[in-house]
Amino acid sequence: MKVALFIPCYIDLIYPKAGIASLELLEKLGVEVVFPLHQTCCGQPMANEGDEQHSIKTETQFCENFKDLDVDYIVGPAGSCVKHVKLHMTAIDQTEEVKQIRAKTIELVEFIHDVLQIQDFSQVEFPHRIAIHNSCSAVRGLHLASRFEWREPYFNKPENLLKNVRGIDIEVIDRPQECCGFGGTFCVTDEAVSAKMGQDKVADYTKHSIEYVVSPDMSCLMHQQGIAAREKSDLKFLHIAQVLNNGPF
Amino acid sequence: MGKVQVEDNARKFIKQDNVHEKEHDEHLYAALMKRSKVANEIPEWETLRNLASQIKEHTLTHLDQYIEMFVENATKNGIQVHFAKDADEHNAIVYDILSHHNVKRIIKSKSMLQEECGMTPFLEKKGIDVLETDLGERIQQLSDERPSHIVMPAIHKTTEDVAKLFAEKIGTNPNDDDPHSLCESMRNNARPKFLVADAGMTGGNFAIAETGSFVVCTNEGNADLTASLPPLHIASIGIEKLLPKLEDLGVFIRLLSRSALGTPATQYTSHFSGPREGSEMHVVLTDNGRSKRLGMDQFWHSLKCIRCGACMNTCPVYRRSGGLSYGATYSGPIGIILDPTFDMDMYS
Repeated sequence: MKVALFIPCYIDLIYPKAGIASLELLEKLGVEVVFPLHQTCCGQPMANEGDEQHSIKTETQFCENFKDLDVDYIVGPAGSCVKHVKLHMTAIDQTEEVKQIRAKTIELVEFIHDVLQIQDFSQVEFPHRIAIHNSCSAVRGLHLASRFEWREPYFNKPENLLKNVRGIDIEVIDRPQECCGFGGTFCVTDEAVSAKMGQDKVADYTKHSIEYVVSPDMSCLMHQQGIAAREKSDLKFLHIAQVLNNGPF
Repeated sequence: MGKVQVEDNARKFIKQDNVHEKEHDEHLYAALMKRSKVANEIPEWETLRNLASQIKEHTLTHLDQYIEMFVENATKNGIQVHFAKDADEHNAIVYDILSHHNVKRIIKSKSMLQEECGMTPFLEKKGIDVLETDLGERIQQLSDERPSHIVMPAIHKTTEDVAKLFAEKIGTNPNDDDPHSLCESMRNNARPKFLVADAGMTGGNFAIAETGSFVVCTNEGNADLTASLPPLHIASIGIEKLLPKLEDLGVFIRLLSRSALGTPATQYTSHFSGPREGSEMHVVLTDNGRSKRLGMDQFWHSLKCIRCGACMNTCPVYRRSGGLSYGATYSGPIGIILDPTFDMDMYS
């Protein structure tokens, strides 16, 4: 199995450890990984704002990086960015090449859970009380977990990967699927609502004495971490790859 | 008017104190959880939703036929049907009927379409006294505010707010915010006015083509009083409210209140099929942008909306912002979709 690793810009710039953990984890699981060096942004922030002109440039850049690679999949450790590539990367011409790139792109948890079909991480130890944060993009866009508004059987892929980790205590908070208010550029354009939603999320974790919030989406955690830091909270935030790879922390 | 500053309005709603936004969010989240609970009790829930969507799609793609069928059957039943292409025409038709009957006082039940048309301010300018009979709508009317939620018009207010408002407007004790006594006070204040109204106005949740009848769903029974006490009943119904057959209605009735409030059905599901002896019944079938929306590839789906308000309850942004922040007839997710089709500049 050979994959190309898609590391979103904000992980590269702000959370390189989540990127390193993703690479190490994939290699540990026996996957051959290539990493195109000129990756930038996938175009999601601009596309979400309707700024097609600028998303064209980054979407083109994304495809330039991931074309002609002879890989089975393009794996990204970020639900919302993967969702953009898979579902909304429509500002550029839909050539055969672009279609292939979009079809090959897959989120990290989904790749491990469904393609590698590995769920047992009992060799990893993480003796902490955690809450799982599945982003709106991961739940509603990529369907990594069942959506509570729908009548569908319960499933939660990130939870499946984490539940056998030794010593882990997975708590369910009051509103596990409530949006944290990040929403990409929403946290800038609608700061008051965004901050209030983040504060409510942090309060929910605190109420349940959570030590670590673990998520396949570091961007949501970036928002929640900022809120928690302002509140001088002890909450810690980790990408799911950091837990499954046992670091780097 | 310039662009509505939703973000600033939402900021004010959140920052006003530690009570309003918190209670608003909690009440609506509770409604959402109740929806989940009752939906779970029905194994065929998603099938029902899909079926409802298909019935709406069929009706909307054969709308001309079903409108004609409705008009023909309603007319046979003795209902007088009028067509309004926009809000102005709707209001003019209503006023024309009212002046014909020399109406001075009307009572009305909740209607988002009449809200959309700005009917109440229009009639008030003409010297007609308008009284909302739905409790939440009456609270909003006394506050000189729009409904902030499709189903729960005054959900952004606390019981203390209502106690203060009633004290000021109908002379109750400002310190008594017990919901039961507030309801009782308004009931005692409003009922005598119901009895002397010259005309009653309602909306319509569904209009059935094969029977030429229409259905109004309420929890307070106020639409029944509105329609039954005065000798003149005028219903404003959007053209997208058509359903082909009476048997289709069951699908929607099962969905509506479960989605809205998490209850199996509204307390009252009232069928209106013709005027009582000695009275008149009018239906104003109103377009007001709907047929234009029907022609929009990206927007026609919004005409399937049954106005249950579940999108508002589920939306974490709406729950924090309060409905009035949207500065429009329709707020929340459905408002974000509908409002720009009324005014692209205000709601961009």
